[in-house]
Amino acid sequence: MTWIVRNLWLIPALPALAAALSALTKQRNRRFASSLAIGSMALAFLLSLVAFAHALSSIGLSEREVLNFPWLQFGTEWLKLGWMLDPLTAVMLVMVTFVGLLIFIYSTGYMDHDENFTRFFCFLSLFAAAMLGVVIANSLLLLFMCWELVGLTSYLLIGFWYQKPSAAAAAKKAFITTRIGDLAFLLGMVWLYSQTGALLFYDQGAGCLENSAIATLVAHTTIAGMTVSTGIAILIFSGAIGKSGQVPLHVWLPDAMEGPTPVSALIHAATMVAAGVFLVARVYPLMSAGSAAHSTLASTPALQVVTWIGAITAVFAALIAVAQDDIKRILAYSTVSQLGYMMLGLGVGGVAVGMFHLITHAFFKALLFLGAGSVIHGCREEQDIHRMGGLRRYMPITFATYAIGMLALCGFPLFFSGFWSKDAILHAAVDWSYSRLPFYLAAFAALLTALYMTRQVYYVFLGERRATTAHEPAHTEDAGHLHECVLNDPHESPAVMTGPLVILAAFAILLGFIGTPAWPWFENFLHSETTSFNFAGFFENGIPLVMLTSTLIVFCGLGLGWWFYGRKPIVSAEAPDALEKLQPQIFNILRHKFYVDEFYQATFIRVNTWLSHLSDWFDRWIWNGVVWIVSHLILALSWLARSTDTYIVNAGFDEGCESVTAGGKLLARLQNGRTQSYVRLVGVAFTALVALLIWSVSR
Amino acid sequence: MTSLTSCILLSSLLFVIGLAGALTRRNAILVLIGIELMLNAANLNFIAFWRYHPHSETLTGFIFVIFSIGIAAAEAAVGLALIISLYRHTRTANIDEVISMRG
Amino acid sequence: MLFTTFAILTVAGAVAAMSFRNLVHSVLALIAAFAGLAAIYLQLGAQFIGLAQVLVYIGAVAILIVFAILLTRDKKVAQQTVSFSSWKLNGVVALAVFAVIAWAIFQSPTLQHEILPEPQVSMQQVGNALMLRYALPLEIIGLLLTAALIGAVTIAISEKYEKHERRERE
Repeated sequence: MTWIVRNLWLIPALPALAAALSALTKQRNRRFASSLAIGSMALAFLLSLVAFAHALSSIGLSEREVLNFPWLQFGTEWLKLGWMLDPLTAVMLVMVTFVGLLIFIYSTGYMDHDENFTRFFCFLSLFAAAMLGVVIANSLLLLFMCWELVGLTSYLLIGFWYQKPSAAAAAKKAFITTRIGDLAFLLGMVWLYSQTGALLFYDQGAGCLENSAIATLVAHTTIAGMTVSTGIAILIFSGAIGKSGQVPLHVWLPDAMEGPTPVSALIHAATMVAAGVFLVARVYPLMSAGSAAHSTLASTPALQVVTWIGAITAVFAALIAVAQDDIKRILAYSTVSQLGYMMLGLGVGGVAVGMFHLITHAFFKALLFLGAGSVIHGCREEQDIHRMGGLRRYMPITFATYAIGMLALCGFPLFFSGFWSKDAILHAAVDWSYSRLPFYLAAFAALLTALYMTRQVYYVFLGERRATTAHEPAHTEDAGHLHECVLNDPHESPAVMTGPLVILAAFAILLGFIGTPAWPWFENFLHSETTSFNFAGFFENGIPLVMLTSTLIVFCGLGLGWWFYGRKPIVSAEAPDALEKLQPQIFNILRHKFYVDEFYQATFIRVNTWLSHLSDWFDRWIWNGVVWIVSHLILALSWLARSTDTYIVNAGFDEGCESVTAGGKLLARLQNGRTQSYVRLVGVAFTALVALLIWSVSR
Repeated sequence: MTSLTSCILLSSLLFVIGLAGALTRRNAILVLIGIELMLNAANLNFIAFWRYHPHSETLTGFIFVIFSIGIAAAEAAVGLALIISLYRHTRTANIDEVISMRG
Repeated sequence: MLFTTFAILTVAGAVAAMSFRNLVHSVLALIAAFAGLAAIYLQLGAQFIGLAQVLVYIGAVAILIVFAILLTRDKKVAQQTVSFSSWKLNGVVALAVFAVIAWAIFQSPTLQHEILPEPQVSMQQVGNALMLRYALPLEIIGLLLTAALIGAVTIAISEKYEKHERRERE
């Protein structure tokens, strides 16, 4: 076992240490806190690179290396935790630490004016630690613990500006919604433990993802003929649904944009939401349990569920994104949609397909979010795209990098990473043996993606600047009053913010080339195989057709976008949307996010409220009555006991005491102090004694 | 009729007279006198039993009476000193008034 | 016959001593009783004891009692000595005691002795017994008498004098 495997724990431990230290730091020590966080993250990144290099060097030698240790004992069993290093972990480690590092650096610029700067970096470091813990965990339990930590830090960071009621509400919503999924996850975990007695993933044949455990799970069936493995897999996937914002638990993710933009970029675009996808990838052997032996395209009921949920989410969120006005909300729904893509990829194509999109998406979505943050920062906290426009002149670097990110997200052919990863998913979906529908849904979502991104770019960067409140005082300090901010002098962000943008943009382009059909390095790496360049890969299995289709779709989307938003320049911020003019009713439905929140409000929350009223009523009248009766019974009992004490026990004692006292007094009368009476008594006693003696002798 | 029985009868009579006096009289000195009489009755008993014992040459009862008289002298001295001391404390020799031993 | 005379004298003296109202008369009656008793001792062949009785009781104890009477005498005492305290009850008790003792005497079989010759006790015998066989008790009696003497003085010493002496010492 090499050094890096033994010390893999250092990677999450470093940010955790930074979080602990900055939690103890005073709010004034800004530089200390930020350099602590960035330094720990840089070290973690370096260690991750070492781990990655180790994983690279062991391609073809060993699939994974694990280190387990006993954690706590209950009964006769030891509960073990552990970590592992396999290609999946290595890739995720590098992605999380690298994106995290860039976002940390960006945050020093973005959060510069915030008074809780130190707290922010404390939370960010804690988040990074938890996320890295999720990545390296070799135990479902350890993964779950870190998973919950991630949820906690997400809550803390969404509600970072807790003075804003909307932020506080969003944090609460995110926390509660993901808890619903996590409950199912916990149930799945417990079920798994009860079936296999193992929570370690890999433990020299005894782990829960290894053949013997999987065989046990497949062999048993539960309700409706479902195998146990399917049931557990779906429960665990429910956790992923919550965390990754899949339908129907997606509602929290757009609201989470209330947090600071770097948080949105790091947590709600690049890493945390990817944790759900990562989880599915991690327990993939469980998901695919029972399928035909080791075929990558094999599908099981669990994977079908994953596929359908992913496909529906992809379209659903993309539709909503078309009609949003808030720059970050568009990106949020885009994230939901892309996460659906990843799930779809996992469902139809296996780990490599889904994870490839996860990695590329992490980079370009982080880029887009940071770009959006740069725009918001430059426009003094303005988030409504109707009030922007023409920013390309004021923020050239932001515009250029944003455009790259946008093209990558749309899947612009050949030169952008999104094209290759999305293409892999589409290709897998075409080949899916059960239904073609997921492919059509995915294609439609790709079209919509191109459309809404074009719309956003037109609104924000192109055209003329639209300032409705042109000449108000420039520097409003209060960030809460979003609409009072002024647009008259948007400015480019400082280098500390644009630098990460540029680096991310470079990766948004370059990363695509590690997973082309001709050189599927990424997929082989995850399967721990070597790769050789094979240009003919482009022409196998109908790949050209799929590539052509997706290219067409992208161009259609871009063209539609231009048709609606670019053809005529948008002049006024109050002017209705082009699509709104075309189909006001549908657009309205989309703008209101299919009324999902309202639907939940009217159903689950109302039922919940009604139930709470019911239980309140029960508490008040039934249980309270029972408690009242019991308490009065006890009162009566105690009254009885007290009466017994007072009138029987005490009276008895008093009586006894009095008789003793009286007897004492009687005897004391004998003891009258007169010696003569004592002597008299002696005389009487003597007489009696002698009389007795004589009597007894004479008898 | 100088017999053992008559001696003992005399002795017991003396004892009872002393006892009656000690019980009845209130003056501490008279009580003491009663006690002396009882002591003398005991002495008479010793002498009588010595006199009518077959081995009177051992002188047991005889010597005992000598010691008894010595003790009686000591007792009288201490008892009278006590009475004087009591009288000095309470200004009375009436033992009915000395009831500090009352329970 | 002689014994009966002396016995009557003794009992009469004792009864008188216990019943006279005047303390001095009582002491005089007591002396008579003691004298009768001494005569009985002489008659019983215990000359030494009889003489010792005269010396100690009549010569010392009776005189001591007279001194005590003189020292504790006042009007109050004189008045209160006359009264008897529940003499009936006490008399009954005393009579009961006498009754049981007399009963015991008459019941006892050991008292039926043959008449023995009067024992001859010389002073030498008594001296030998005291100085040889009973030397240790004699010494103890001497010590006891000394202790009683000191104790009597200590008890009866005047508190005023005590205080005065203490003040002087300090």
